[in-house]
Amino acid sequence: MISRREVICRTFYGAAGLLLADSLCLHAQNAARPAKAKSVIQIWMWGGPAHLDMFDPKPAAGYDYCGPLDKPIPTNVNGIVISELLPLLAKQADKYSIIRSMTHGVNAHETASYIVQTGRMPGGRDTFPGVGSVVSLFKGYNAGYNGLIPPYIVLTQLQGRFSEAGFLGSRYKPFATGGDPAQSRFAVEGVVSQNISDKRQQDRRELLHKMDTLGQVIGNNSLLQAFTRTEEEAYGLILGDSGKVFDLSLEKNEMRDRYGRNTFGQSCLAARRLVENGIPFITINSQGWDTHRQHFQTMRQKLPQMDQGMSALLEDLSDRGLLESTILWWSGEFGRTPRIQWEAPWNGGRGHWGDVFSAVVAGGGFKGGHIVGASDERGEQVKERPVYPVDLIGSMYMLLGIDPDEKLPHPDGLQVHVMPDASEGVKMGGLLKEIL
Amino acid sequence: MQKSTGWAILLLMLVIKPAASQSPQNPFEIPAAAVPRGKIDDLVFARLKMLGVQPAHPCSDAVFIHRVYLDVIGTLPGEQEAKDFLSDRDPNKRGALIDRLLGREEFADYWAMKWSDLLRVKSEFPVNLWPNAVQAYHRWIRTAIKQNMPYDQFVREILTASGSNFRVPAVNFYRAVRKKEPKVIAQAVALTFMGARAEKWPEARWSDMAAFFSQIAYKSTAEWKEEIVIWSEGSAQKNLSNAGFPDGKPARILPDRDPREIFADWLIDPKNPWFTRNIANRVWSWLLGRGIIHEPDDIRPDNQPVNPELLSCLEQELIQSHYDLKSLYRLILNSETYQLSSIPASDSATAESNFAFYPLRRLEAEVLIDALDQITGTTEQYSSAIPEPFTFIPENRRSIALADASITSPFFETFGRPPRDTGLELERNNAPTAAQRLHMLNSSHIERKIEQGPRLLALLKQPGGGQALINDLYLTILSRYPTDAEVKKAAAYYQTYTGNKREALVDIVWALINGAEFICRH
Repeated sequence: MISRREVICRTFYGAAGLLLADSLCLHAQNAARPAKAKSVIQIWMWGGPAHLDMFDPKPAAGYDYCGPLDKPIPTNVNGIVISELLPLLAKQADKYSIIRSMTHGVNAHETASYIVQTGRMPGGRDTFPGVGSVVSLFKGYNAGYNGLIPPYIVLTQLQGRFSEAGFLGSRYKPFATGGDPAQSRFAVEGVVSQNISDKRQQDRRELLHKMDTLGQVIGNNSLLQAFTRTEEEAYGLILGDSGKVFDLSLEKNEMRDRYGRNTFGQSCLAARRLVENGIPFITINSQGWDTHRQHFQTMRQKLPQMDQGMSALLEDLSDRGLLESTILWWSGEFGRTPRIQWEAPWNGGRGHWGDVFSAVVAGGGFKGGHIVGASDERGEQVKERPVYPVDLIGSMYMLLGIDPDEKLPHPDGLQVHVMPDASEGVKMGGLLKEIL
Repeated sequence: MQKSTGWAILLLMLVIKPAASQSPQNPFEIPAAAVPRGKIDDLVFARLKMLGVQPAHPCSDAVFIHRVYLDVIGTLPGEQEAKDFLSDRDPNKRGALIDRLLGREEFADYWAMKWSDLLRVKSEFPVNLWPNAVQAYHRWIRTAIKQNMPYDQFVREILTASGSNFRVPAVNFYRAVRKKEPKVIAQAVALTFMGARAEKWPEARWSDMAAFFSQIAYKSTAEWKEEIVIWSEGSAQKNLSNAGFPDGKPARILPDRDPREIFADWLIDPKNPWFTRNIANRVWSWLLGRGIIHEPDDIRPDNQPVNPELLSCLEQELIQSHYDLKSLYRLILNSETYQLSSIPASDSATAESNFAFYPLRRLEAEVLIDALDQITGTTEQYSSAIPEPFTFIPENRRSIALADASITSPFFETFGRPPRDTGLELERNNAPTAAQRLHMLNSSHIERKIEQGPRLLALLKQPGGGQALINDLYLTILSRYPTDAEVKKAAAYYQTYTGNKREALVDIVWALINGAEFICRH
């Protein structure tokens, strides 16, 4: 008799090396199918990026919708047109797909952030963990990750409440680097100190041990042992090689230039280095997209930086063979009001818009060069194929090999799963089969 | 530069006057045997003797003042307070200090923080009290503690409160739950006031208890986030026939009486098997780092006290004092058991679980950051724009006095401040992590404090330098004088430091605040 599992295993892995296949298969079965993606880089456009001015241009809608940005440009994929301020990304369109029918209908930052990053609606019994925490659980700690650097990193500031570890607890919270990667020294909080030389770090550490009278008198104690262990880990980052992942000066100047010498560009470069070091989830928290006023000035200033950094990241990941195992996920919590608010006090700004907005995905098994869904002719409503945040999140989990039915550890022992159950009443449109 | 003279003299002095000094090399304990001096000690020491476990030596005065400040008021003693205490010749000075601390404002701040953890005081979900109610509830809790409201009355007021969440703050107990359902409320009551996990009980016991809370109604008003919590007589009347006390006694429900009152009267009866036991055991665990029943909020038949006589003794004391919690604190703090040193004489799990020494514990997030602020003369900034209304917090507000767990900081997140979601004691996580070490050893947040903190700057600028400065630093940070060996090490570091000498002083401060002696209660 051959069991069902063996049949599946043989089909997946061939008859050879059954023992190996068996262990692989347990994992594969558990995860529904083998993982294509190992890491996720989330580019988070805090505040809500204007879909019309980036990946969903509507030149036919007229001046009240496009303002001065009414000449979108073709890309290297036939039929895909994006903003004129994204010429470098236009040359990489074969690598990513654009979802133009994201929707959740919520126009408040925190609530929308929560929905986009957890796939759940707030207000229920619990605060759910965001994708980063779930990935750091299943692809980090539970998968045997034991690097000194936490498996979930945010460059550079936390996204804030409503959007992180939820009931999973502090272990799954992201490590926020602080500092600015565009500075000559990227002062990662706790890891890199601007003004303290390695020599002084060593002197200090020696002094610390010399002055530790209590530790010397008590000797053996489990808490003190934990202190010693965590101190060793800390210095592994401060003085050892692990911290070097953040040392962007180890990159060639031309590589740093290619990403753009600004916070966003260098964050993209840092994210690539973190992926190379096996970190499963990295968020680039790009702030300043809440453009109620000065909207078009901000677009002209910020979009070229985004264009350069993100296109360099796509190209670089691809050149290094990392794009096939790395998901790039670009999104904000919502889009922005398609009809420009010319009136005072906005004077040409855009407000919050949760009815329809765009997301971009690339790599890790997502096909490039596709458009998913569509907004209507003015970018105000979903025209076809509504995509809810949970659909995108579920598709990423599938590529990462995270079982949607896996239980999330809950402090009260409640039965909650990676993906919402029918009883939770979350709106769903289904996996993004078009680009998987 | 004037400082170098002081340092040179100091070094010289150390050469001329070597080891023959008065300061002991172990500044943490008194080299005498611990002696029982009351009922508590008799019971603890008898048990230790039976187990063949040697108790630790009594702690030194320096350790005592440092410990008792942190334990009683969550605050580091000031330099002058430490100096005065150490030079005080009164043989009863420890008892006198305990009395003074129990009367301090920070006592109310610190224990209101503790109770707010257990009562889940926070604006946002899962409990969703919202800011106005959080402030009102926290103020009510703090006032009760400050006035030393008898504990049975405190619990009764909470359980029987009716009215607006803004005007009758105790009603917020019934709002600070994951779900406003009788079983969830019963679970919270059992956990908080009985130290019991209803979810581990037989199902019938849990649901019979829940019936007492089945007539609570919630009504909103025209005011933003105001909610009235009342006994809504007649609603779900039929559930009441099931009402039964967790000890199996049948309940007599009268139609004209709020069933919560009937439950509260059963609960706070001195003969109740959970009520007194829970609070006596908790207070002990808060001060001694470990419950006589452990975990302290997991009382059940298969989790017996390690020293049953000790626990009954504490219970009797509480009953006799009419639930005067301060008097229980006083009794425990004055015991030799509490005043043992943290250096074990026999190092074993048995010694630890039977209180043969005072256990090292990492300071709580709020206490640690307050201590750093006090030493350096700096402050933290807290505020909350969401949810509405905006919560403004004055810059000099100490972290232990924050009302709302939804107002947080990266430091709190890193150092395991509880989110106040469940009310479990274990929710506060004081385990050391690498991220905490990174933050203390090398973050710009801490570095700024020790390099630029005005109080520390003033201290470092004092004329004289040398021994006086090292004494001041030790008194400020560790509440004690340095040993000769420590002075020598610090002086040597200063003298041989090749860079800017001010950096050497900052490094000495850095080493002191990163040592276990500062980061841990000891």
